[in-house]
Amino acid sequence: MRRTGPGISLAAVVCFGQAAAAAEIGDAERGEALFEQCSGCHQVGPDAVNRIGPVLNNVFGRPAASVEGFRYSTAFERAGAKGLEWHIDTLSAFLENPKAIVPRSRMSFRGIADPQERADLIAYLRTFSASPRDIPEADPTAPPTDHDVDPEILAIPGDAEYGAYLSSECTTCHQAEGGDEGIPSIVYWPEEDFVVAMHAYKSKAREHPVMNMIAGRLNDEEIAALAAYFAAPED
Amino acid sequence: MTLDRRTFLGTAAVATLAAPMVRAQGKPKVVVIGGGAGGATAARYIAKDSDGAIDVTLVEPTRKYYTCFFSNLYIGGFRDLASIGHTYGTLASDYGINVVHDWAVGVDRDAMTVTLTGGDTLPYDKLILSPGIDFVDGAVPGWDITAQNAMPHAYKAGSQSELLKAQVEAMPEGGLYAMVAPPNPYRCPPGPYERISMVAHVLKQTNPSAKILIVDPKQSFSKQALFEEGWQKHYGGMVERIGPDFGGANVSVNPDEMTVDIDGAVEKVDVCNVIPAMKAGRIAELAGVTDGNWAPVNASDMSTKADPDVYVLGDASAQGDMPKSGFSANSQAKVCANAVRGALTGSRVFPAKYANTCWSLIDENDGVKVGATYEATPDKIAKVDGFISQTGEDADLRKATYEESVGWYAGITADMFG
Ligand SMILES: Cc1cc2nc3c(=O)[nH]c(=O)nc-3n(C[C@H](O)[C@H](O)[C@H](O)COP(=O)(O)OP(=O)(O)OC[C@H]3O[C@@H](n4cnc5c(N)ncnc54)[C@H](O)[C@@H]3O)c2cc1C
Ligand code: HEC
Ligand code: HEC
Repeated sequence: MRRTGPGISLAAVVCFGQAAAAAEIGDAERGEALFEQCSGCHQVGPDAVNRIGPVLNNVFGRPAASVEGFRYSTAFERAGAKGLEWHIDTLSAFLENPKAIVPRSRMSFRGIADPQERADLIAYLRTFSASPRDIPEADPTAPPTDHDVDPEILAIPGDAEYGAYLSSECTTCHQAEGGDEGIPSIVYWPEEDFVVAMHAYKSKAREHPVMNMIAGRLNDEEIAALAAYFAAPED
Repeated sequence: MTLDRRTFLGTAAVATLAAPMVRAQGKPKVVVIGGGAGGATAARYIAKDSDGAIDVTLVEPTRKYYTCFFSNLYIGGFRDLASIGHTYGTLASDYGINVVHDWAVGVDRDAMTVTLTGGDTLPYDKLILSPGIDFVDGAVPGWDITAQNAMPHAYKAGSQSELLKAQVEAMPEGGLYAMVAPPNPYRCPPGPYERISMVAHVLKQTNPSAKILIVDPKQSFSKQALFEEGWQKHYGGMVERIGPDFGGANVSVNPDEMTVDIDGAVEKVDVCNVIPAMKAGRIAELAGVTDGNWAPVNASDMSTKADPDVYVLGDASAQGDMPKSGFSANSQAKVCANAVRGALTGSRVFPAKYANTCWSLIDENDGVKVGATYEATPDKIAKVDGFISQTGEDADLRKATYEESVGWYAGITADMFG
């Protein structure tokens, strides 16, 4: 119906060319600071694991959607299969406007307008790529996910069937297939991140009137159930 | 087999003439009347979650459903008509729902059948009605449904929305747009006032000396402070409202003369948007499940007080505290679907949980919202908690609120139509 075919359009390809012009090698140190915008979803470094987004080690030269064990959106997988590869120019275009390069991607990120900032970030990502010149001197540490959710709450096993029912309240706003225009995608998140996010709304540590209200009446078991369901909604 | 199960359920003995051919398959049957916010959602959830164990038939006369939600944005020029039209193809192809494009004209609750215009009957084990609204006859003296071209309501979307938009665009310079606003309860409490905002947005650009007059029988209305602040800010001086203290409840119209009589004072108008008092879509009354204008339902599962096998969703229901909105209808449909599936297949039934949020657009990127959560109590759906946008919010927040509403529209229409 409204589902437009995902994939790389000609316009996007043209746009890579333009982005390349602006993409000189940037400053990795500034890039590290900028990576804070990404670290809620992505990890880098030796201990990095897939979170909401895939690990971003060794991105250079590899096809999009190729990290083992990460569940990409169909849109992303299709883009990878059609030949999208990560290089300075493609990364720059993607980070400028993720949705323009991979429509219906699950990456809920608006994009970075400033070409210098993109170049700095890319320089930082390069330090995690295997080309010998770029191996970092010291091991970078993956940013810890800081939260104060009680480990006992995190350990509650979720009842995914109950979660499926509860999720119907969420899909009025959050698309079940993960599209996100104006409202972020919440599918295929690791359960822990999901539980942490919901408790942040419940405690109002993170403020948003709709989500504070929705999370406010969910108990710990219900949040665990939702996390279990949204971690693998198609199963 | 169906017979046994029905006897087991303790419902009235089945008239065997009720289409035994279709029943022969032995699958339980759900018929949904009305493919809007409530009906499409209920049909989709029952079909999706029962994986073929339940036969779902959706009866809806139109092939393309135009959402009332965002139809004001269409009038304001923020959406095109195609973007608010939805078809039933995916519900049929991907969910196996039997979509019948016809009107339901009768319900025989003893035989448990629905009659269509063509005379065909559909047997059901559970019947879900989500027919939306009809207008109360004689609510605005001088207006009836035959006057809807001269004085559109645009409270069912599609050709009415197109007509109203064209009339606004054709207004003479400095002309007058009048709205006769409805009394409570009616579908979408902020709807008329979002409409005013969108009309003002158009006129401000194309016809800035035009005026807008609201004739309102209500003392106050949804998000009033937010709308009034916005009208002052964006459209200063263009919008005037006559409430009941100044005769707003004593109004009649003359569609031939294009006049509005407000408490004895006759105004000549260029566009007259009459939104009369509302009642449940007529099929609810024909099914005998209404009491007065609406169909009373049980808060735990949306079954009617009149018949445990007949459910009423959305605008047509009298359920308690939830506003009549697309969001509410969608929320109620999911509770109902879970209960119906449980009753027919023995699947797990979870406690009812309801929510609503209504966004309104006041001007470009100036969105506001109001929302609440609800629970089922023995006598009604009762409000638990809520929020509303504040006056004086900054432009970034208002823009983000508008963007959320765009996300919600994509979400809810995917939730309805797959
Ligand atoms: C201008 C306007 C703006 C709105 N904005 C919002 C908004 O921003 N957010 C929001 O949540 N809500 C909004 N609403 C309200 C929302 O549109 C309704 O509350 C919602 O559509 C109700 O759903 P429903 O299923 O009860 O009825 P509907 O969606 O109206 O569906 C009823 C369906 O039943 C069919 N039908 C009727 N009788 C029969 C019959 N006898 N046989 C077969 N089919 C039949 C009709 O053709 C129709 O398709 C707005 C409404 C208006 C008018
Ligand atoms: C809200 C979470 C989120 C944020 C914030 C985010 N990403 Fe992503 N990112 C994702 C997800 C999810 C994917 C996978 C997309 C898909 O499957 O559609 C992704 C994919 C990617 C990819 C492609 C990886 C691959 O394996 O093909 C790159 C590169 C990337 N992100 C970089 C970034 C950078 C750099 C930032 C910060 C500027 C960032 N992302 C911010 C969630 C996020
Ligand atoms: C009325 C619309 C609406 C409903 C219903 C809703 N959400 Fe949200 N949700 C939002 C919006 C808007 C945001 C962005 C809030 C913000 O900026 O912090 C959000 C954010 C989130 C986030 C954080 C996303 C991120 O990228 O950090 C999670 C997790 C989430 N919602 C889960 C849920 C769950 C689970 C439900 C159902 C129980 C739900 N939501 C119901 C509108 C909604």
